[in-house]
Amino acid sequence: MSGPTATDPAEALRTAAADGVDFDGLEATRDDDGFHLAVPEARYDGLSASAFLDAARGHEAYVEDWFFWHQHAPQDDASWAFLRWVERADDPLPERRTRLADGTAREWGQLLIETRTGERGRRRYDLRHVDDADTDDDALSVHTDPHDARRIRKTDDDGRYRPLSTAPTLPHGWAFADLGPAALVRAVEGFYPATIGNWHREREGRLDVTHWTEAVARQTGIYGVVETWDRGEGHEHVNWVAEACCADSECLKRREWAYDDETPLDVPGGDGVFPCREPCSLVIAAARRWTRMEAEASRTYEFDLTPSEKAQLEELVDAVADGRTDEIREADTSDGANRYRTRYLRAKLFDDEGNLCGVPTEADDADTE
Amino acid sequence: MSEALLIVAHGSHLNPRSSTPAQDHADTIRASGRVDEVREAYWKEEPSFRNALRTVTADEVYVVPLFVSEGYFTEQVIPRELRLDFEAADWDSDGTSADHATFTPTDVDKTVHYCGPVGTHDAMTDVIVRRAETVTGDDDVGAGVGLAVVGHGTNRNENSAKAIQYHADRIRDRDRFGEVRALFMDEEPEVDDVTDHFESDDIVLVPLFVADGYHTQEDIPEDVGLTDDGRGGYAVPTRIDGHDVWYAGAIGTEPLMADVVLERAADAGADVDAHDPRDGTTDAARADGD
Repeated sequence: MSGPTATDPAEALRTAAADGVDFDGLEATRDDDGFHLAVPEARYDGLSASAFLDAARGHEAYVEDWFFWHQHAPQDDASWAFLRWVERADDPLPERRTRLADGTAREWGQLLIETRTGERGRRRYDLRHVDDADTDDDALSVHTDPHDARRIRKTDDDGRYRPLSTAPTLPHGWAFADLGPAALVRAVEGFYPATIGNWHREREGRLDVTHWTEAVARQTGIYGVVETWDRGEGHEHVNWVAEACCADSECLKRREWAYDDETPLDVPGGDGVFPCREPCSLVIAAARRWTRMEAEASRTYEFDLTPSEKAQLEELVDAVADGRTDEIREADTSDGANRYRTRYLRAKLFDDEGNLCGVPTEADDADTE
Repeated sequence: MSEALLIVAHGSHLNPRSSTPAQDHADTIRASGRVDEVREAYWKEEPSFRNALRTVTADEVYVVPLFVSEGYFTEQVIPRELRLDFEAADWDSDGTSADHATFTPTDVDKTVHYCGPVGTHDAMTDVIVRRAETVTGDDDVGAGVGLAVVGHGTNRNENSAKAIQYHADRIRDRDRFGEVRALFMDEEPEVDDVTDHFESDDIVLVPLFVADGYHTQEDIPEDVGLTDDGRGGYAVPTRIDGHDVWYAGAIGTEPLMADVVLERAADAGADVDAHDPRDGTTDAARADGD
């Protein structure tokens, strides 16, 4: 796409009419009879150059809208499509303009993007955490450089490092105010890298998905071992990987990859707006750990537990897996993962070496084989 | 024809500071206005190498690895993940002489100029010297001073040591420092015995690592004897065996590294001087902050 160069929307449209314009209800052409201009409400034919300008200025909303999308919006396909999606550009223009005058909001993961029209129909964007929708700017740290997003995304509200940018733990308390279209795209990509490009590819039907078997086959170095996890035993282990890593509670991307191109996984891929096109580095690194663990043969241990103790161990695993331990109240001993209950369990059932019920982990020392 | 610079770095799932140098240098270069579009990508963070080229708008992309040496990452992992049809022979390198090679990746319609790592660029020699100046606070540091260029070293890849040795040799040839040595964490000669390698009273250690992390903040300071526990920090200089040892931290955090990144791109043909932001001809995208 090449944009007009004039700074006046009507003049730019007149220049572009030579090549023909058909955009959001606006048509502009030029032929041997002169200029033609059409909007849903009106049509003008055989216009002189100056009459064309007068007519175009009489339908400012359409002309400015065309001008924004072809002069001010980034002209790469993915950014353009994203910005159109952000303001729901499928809606008819007059209705959309009315809505944009007050500001219209759309969510992208945990981001809230508010679009409004400014001078000459140019869009301006505000960006913040969805949970901060109703928070005053005064209570937020306001940023103007979109590249700051890369640094904001690094830690969660507790200051803990977020290696996965699409984890649902985006920190609160910041805002980007009054961004232009290119800057909005940069900020969004700063929070959720590569999501716009892959989302656009998916909409165009050309998302290049790399399934599990292909992704592990290309690993080398310390990750090459993951390929050995497939031992003709089906894909249940990959279901477990996806259940562990790819749920909405852990990642806001929607998993599009499967075991291979004929074998879908049996667990849901999540509901995220942006697609995940292949197992990520966290999944591969975790899979390396599980590959090593799954190389071990199972063995039989014997433990004496009360029914409550067994149930408590199960509750503990659940609490850690669901990231719930911070929510358990100090004195809530009804919860199996309560710290006092856990310490009591350890005091009662673990020996000095940390063995459950005094049963050693190593097979050679175990008397249960 | 639009051009972009893509800085590719290792990153980490555990250490948030691992990606800081790449981000800082990208910001520095972006602020200089010498390249329209500057992006980063990581092996362990996002965007991944695998998705990196689709985050770039420009048709011509200069990919500069923020790595110390040629080897496994620069010759296998990065080209593979970027979908470049790269063979180590394309660089025709002796282990420190990789320059650049041009490719068409399979997933995007772009031309990729794949550059050698920053660590082996000649300009890196100046950065090491500059680091010695900043850590001692002496712009004329050198006479009667021993300089140790410290690398990770590994017996698995001979190129790892070559990069360190290369710069140590170049600095020695300048006759600026009293003594210059290449020392390593994981191979001989080892940095543990740093004072055994120098006669000079003052010894400056410059670790050729990209990011500050476990190796540069804990391993090396503890091995050298700067501290018993690197988590508590260390004094600069520290008196060890009758020598004052000045320790710099990872070279990759040195601001001058941004220039080395640009040099790599320029060597590959990037027009890095064509976009001075002070000329007042900013386009709409830059006016929006891009």
